[in-house]
Amino acid sequence: MNQQRIYLDHAATTPVHPDVVAAMLPLWTEYYGNPSSAHAQGRAAANALDQARATVAQLLNASPDEIVFTGSGSESDNLALRGIMWAARSAGRGDHLITTAIEHKAVLDTARQLRDLFGFALTVLPVDAWGRIDLQELEDAIRPNTVLISVMAANNEIGTLQPVNAIGQIARRHGVLFHSDAVQAIAQQSWDMQQQPIDLLSIAPHKFYGPKGIGILYVRDGIKLIPALTGGAQENGRRPGTSNVAFAVGAAKALQIAQHDLPQLGPHYQALRDRLIGRLSDAFDGVCRLTGHPTERLLNHASFALRGVNANDLLMHLDVGGISAGSGSACATGDPRPSDVLLALGLDEEWAKGGLRFTVGRDNTMTDVDQAIGTLHKTVRNLNRLALYN
Amino acid sequence: MTNPGGNPDRSQTRVVVAMSGGVDSSVAAALLVEQGYDVIGMMLRLWSEPGRESFNRCCTPDQMADARRVAEHLGIPFYAIDVKDYFRKTIVQFFIDEYAAGRTPNPCIECNRRIRFEFLLDHAMALEADYLATGHYARIKQSETGFELLQGLDAHKDQSYVLHILNQPTLSQVLFPVGAYTKQEVRALAARFGLVSAQTGDSQDLCFLGQDDYQAFLERNAPEIGRIGPIITTHGEQIGLHRGLPFYTIGQRKGLGVSAATPLFVVAKDMARNALIVGTREESGSLSLHAERVNWISGSVPTQPFRAQVKVRYKSIAHPATVTTQANDSAFVQFDDPVTGIAPGQGAVFYDGNRCLGGGLIASGKMASSDLAAAATQVSRQP
Repeated sequence: MNQQRIYLDHAATTPVHPDVVAAMLPLWTEYYGNPSSAHAQGRAAANALDQARATVAQLLNASPDEIVFTGSGSESDNLALRGIMWAARSAGRGDHLITTAIEHKAVLDTARQLRDLFGFALTVLPVDAWGRIDLQELEDAIRPNTVLISVMAANNEIGTLQPVNAIGQIARRHGVLFHSDAVQAIAQQSWDMQQQPIDLLSIAPHKFYGPKGIGILYVRDGIKLIPALTGGAQENGRRPGTSNVAFAVGAAKALQIAQHDLPQLGPHYQALRDRLIGRLSDAFDGVCRLTGHPTERLLNHASFALRGVNANDLLMHLDVGGISAGSGSACATGDPRPSDVLLALGLDEEWAKGGLRFTVGRDNTMTDVDQAIGTLHKTVRNLNRLALYN
Repeated sequence: MTNPGGNPDRSQTRVVVAMSGGVDSSVAAALLVEQGYDVIGMMLRLWSEPGRESFNRCCTPDQMADARRVAEHLGIPFYAIDVKDYFRKTIVQFFIDEYAAGRTPNPCIECNRRIRFEFLLDHAMALEADYLATGHYARIKQSETGFELLQGLDAHKDQSYVLHILNQPTLSQVLFPVGAYTKQEVRALAARFGLVSAQTGDSQDLCFLGQDDYQAFLERNAPEIGRIGPIITTHGEQIGLHRGLPFYTIGQRKGLGVSAATPLFVVAKDMARNALIVGTREESGSLSLHAERVNWISGSVPTQPFRAQVKVRYKSIAHPATVTTQANDSAFVQFDDPVTGIAPGQGAVFYDGNRCLGGGLIASGKMASSDLAAAATQVSRQP
């Protein structure tokens, strides 16, 4: 691939940090044992897995028993929702679930399936124009049979942060469990699970320079969940399948690096993000507008909607121009459906098809950002010639 | 194919190639890559009937996967661009409207006019491309007077008929890389380039009809346009019932559901009386036709009647004729000998040898309309 390309899609995924690669390598070549085996290789692998789990736990100020390794962030969401709702039903503790209209599909589709196929009750909360839920509305939605509230810490498409601490306190007050999808947010702040009123937390290491193919679910001590997959006693009986030790080690290393570098990376991200927002909000004679919250948003996340522009065309033109960007609604097959998230913010179709997301990473520079802004200007000029087909 | 001589460094010349996943467009892309152009693959996501997407003859997920694999193999970027709504509004609606008006449309001509060499060309140019390339079997020759459209070297595969809508500005921006090869050579090239699509069949016309014929499509999507009515001979005798005029084509013999001593052919549609007029083979022939929406590829309208060979269908032979231009982009074609199967709505495309001069859409065949008048008169005499 062309060296000059500028990658601004870190919310989609990140490259694996060289130190993470180095940490994982011996697990495939030297310590390749199955941690469930009793022999020397098995013990070595079990030791590495224990250490990875301990590292993750320590970084979250949690205990190792509270850390479940899964196959992806989506699987973590699935396990949280299914595991908690099924456990509640089997214990006769209620059957109502509350979530929001702008959750990742891993939460929203799981919640809808629990409603449609398993007969659970579901409340989907709306969001305001910035993508935040109304806390009073949340509290009003809680019923005697409510089991779980699932609200993402930060939205992947528009970057908006939800007030998870306040949401958790409401949940506590009503004796309801609180799950948060922190896939986007985890690496951008420190997490003290002793202090956070959050009972389950979904994590995806590939969003912070770790490997794809592994997820983490934090499950507060004492909370029972019924495994969504069955077949083995791994992960304390909560997630079967031969442990992916290499990826667990990589996940721990990536989280360690992310938390360690946060004091430097945070301001770096924010400076690049604010340049993008400053230069593009309300650019092109009002054709481009910021989406999501202007300040309560991910440090590395600048998202926009462009009126009358199709996100697929936009991303294609940027790609040809050497810029890799993202959009919530674009798909590789060219189907330009409006973004559900942008529609939930109250944007009409004319805007909701033109979602654009720049998410910066540790290697991006101000020059990258300025080049992306320039390329976007050229792109919008060129796409204006196609307006007659809309 | 034209030589883009304006730019000596081909790596600085950007070509968007329309890819279908089929062998022709795949080889077109491979040739351009081999020639050193900056090539971008693009696939149009055309409309398919809701619920029947996987029956479509083009741009199915499988074909998109094929095109994507070819692009990956050639090391070029590949994008799918959506044209579903626009295609439905411009092409599918045209197709239905034409049948409703008693004509036999050729949607591929309209698609080339409105989608490939307008919508897609504009999208390619917006991407700062210098050329749009397709896998059509036709050739473009640059002469002192401008660009000429020549038939593809492979007479069996020649697609100039559906390209007669091209004009000078468009021809200056279009490349047909496989036009100078035979289909057999293209297959050999595909094998040489190691293309996965080398074994797949030809791409089909009428992509959105899926596996059905057009009649089943019309029955599903425009049931109101066909009503049962009488089948009447050119002598005014009613000999049966038809299922709806859109379901018949001028020149059609099979499937009329009537028996007679001599074979009967559809010679006309009487829209006013919803009657299908049938007659002998001789009666189904026409000595002339009127064409509308005529395009002259050279850009200049001939001022004098001229001799040409005229195709009245995609696969018809070229009939010797004299062509006279008329007002409002129309033309009158006088054949040397009667021509059968002249169906309003099909293209009448004019050739000088292997050079396509342009063409239009058939508005009417002369003899058919006079017979129609005769038959109609006799019908009205019946009690």
